[in-house]
Amino acid sequence: MVPLKVDALRKSYGGHQVVAGISFALQRGECYGLLGPNGAGKTTTLRCCLGLTAPDSGSITLVDEPVPARAREARMRVGVVPQFDNLDPDFSCAENLLVYGRYFGMADTAIRTRIPQLLEFAGLAGKEDTSIRILSGGMKRRLTLARALVNDPDLLILDEPTTGLDPQARHLIWERLKRLIADGKTILLTTHFMDEAERLCGRLAIMDAGRIMVEGAPRELIKSQIEPQVVEVYGEDAPGWAQAEAGAFARRCEVSGETAFCYVDDAAPLLDHLAARPQLATLHRPANLEDVFLKLTGRDLRD
Amino acid sequence: MDLSIRALAVWRRNFLVWRKLALPSILGNLADPMIYLFGLGYGLGGLLPQVGGTSYIAFLAAGTVCASTMNAASFEALYSAFSRLHVQKTWEAIMNAPVSLDDVVAGELLWAASKATLSGAAILLVIALLGLTHGMQALWVLPLIFLTGLAFAALGLCVTAVAPSYDFFMYYFTLFVTPMTLLSGVFFPLDQLPAAMQVAAQALPLTHAVGLARPLLLGQVPTDVFGHIAVLTIITVAAFATAVSLARRRLLK
Repeated sequence: MVPLKVDALRKSYGGHQVVAGISFALQRGECYGLLGPNGAGKTTTLRCCLGLTAPDSGSITLVDEPVPARAREARMRVGVVPQFDNLDPDFSCAENLLVYGRYFGMADTAIRTRIPQLLEFAGLAGKEDTSIRILSGGMKRRLTLARALVNDPDLLILDEPTTGLDPQARHLIWERLKRLIADGKTILLTTHFMDEAERLCGRLAIMDAGRIMVEGAPRELIKSQIEPQVVEVYGEDAPGWAQAEAGAFARRCEVSGETAFCYVDDAAPLLDHLAARPQLATLHRPANLEDVFLKLTGRDLRD
Repeated sequence: MDLSIRALAVWRRNFLVWRKLALPSILGNLADPMIYLFGLGYGLGGLLPQVGGTSYIAFLAAGTVCASTMNAASFEALYSAFSRLHVQKTWEAIMNAPVSLDDVVAGELLWAASKATLSGAAILLVIALLGLTHGMQALWVLPLIFLTGLAFAALGLCVTAVAPSYDFFMYYFTLFVTPMTLLSGVFFPLDQLPAAMQVAAQALPLTHAVGLARPLLLGQVPTDVFGHIAVLTIITVAAFATAVSLARRRLLK
């Protein structure tokens, strides 16, 4: 089975290219991440993949079916967690799952048999009759995840599954997603949380302005795209110091506000130098995916 | 048109919500038309000799059934459907499953017509209990109000598909629904209107609903049955196709 294969996909709105020719493919059983700042084209890509909007050009295969031609058949075997919760506020937890299962043509008895295990998975065991209106944000997200599993899909598509959640709720979602990956589910995930992508994704692509900038395993991207060590230098004097002296120690140094980010292969000489300047606070850490992301997509705000 | 049996799952979703509040919903829908029927029927009717060859309240009964069917279908297809489309994003949730947007619009259409039929039937029952119907032929009003519900649900869904907010629906009611109620023979016979307006009234769907319902309730044989049904059917089909295409433009772009 081909979970998802996207080839040379393009989509414009009003002359503006939102997706500018991207290609990627998911392997069975992997968790693949689409990362990018707001407006990078992630959600539009997902909408094209689900057959909810027609691409200008390019081809899409979703669970072995050509999309948009046979999008309805493809969606039979796909589960979707949308970016914004759209659970039915008039229903209890169990009714939400029951009604959603009917959209897949499932018989009520078949759905009802699945409901206890789905709620259990969502950490909502025993909440069959609880109204959606009194659930916390994290509980709603987990119920949305359970809803996406009602048809036991081959591929799960998650659009920013933990945006707006507190750390406790995020960790619980991650733990559940890891369980799904361990069970062999294929997952496509969009996010702009780097720690989320690093934890969950076997491979990922970083998108910006409708294009894929790089693709690969998180560890490999960090190794290939960026210097291994980062020294962050804080303080009022940091920008001035960075301009005058950082060049002697760091291959690259980026200033953002009152922080200078120095990217180095060996941090020792820089740390010695900084030790003699107590007015500058320092943090030495290994490079991570966020450094790669910022290097590729820039530090400018996206609105 | 990408229609399937899944449209019924959308209908069932709305039915499940309605079932939770069924009794207050039916009673609420009854209150308004009953006030019109009794207030105008007895109050105004007391001042009038026979209207159209019958008592005014018996004349008004058929109009009340049709007008409240229209109102119920319009409210459901406007306010309630818009909540699901725009506020709750229910339509988007459904479309992530193997249900097409066309199915969703069809499900909403059938649901609004069903709810309108229930509304009209409740009034029909009250009218029958008051002795204002003549025999079993009044039951023919049931399929008629379902068709009337379909026509107004389809028209309402066109407006919903382009509405930016709830306020938008005020225009539909003040510019279309309210004038139509006054010009379709609900409150007085059409021949009271100037000749030009009588012709214009033939373009209004409510005119055709009332034109069939009134003889059916008064124990008369309706005339031009085929013409009335054809107009309501054509409006339903054309408005549904328009609603689907407007909804696609809004959601599938």
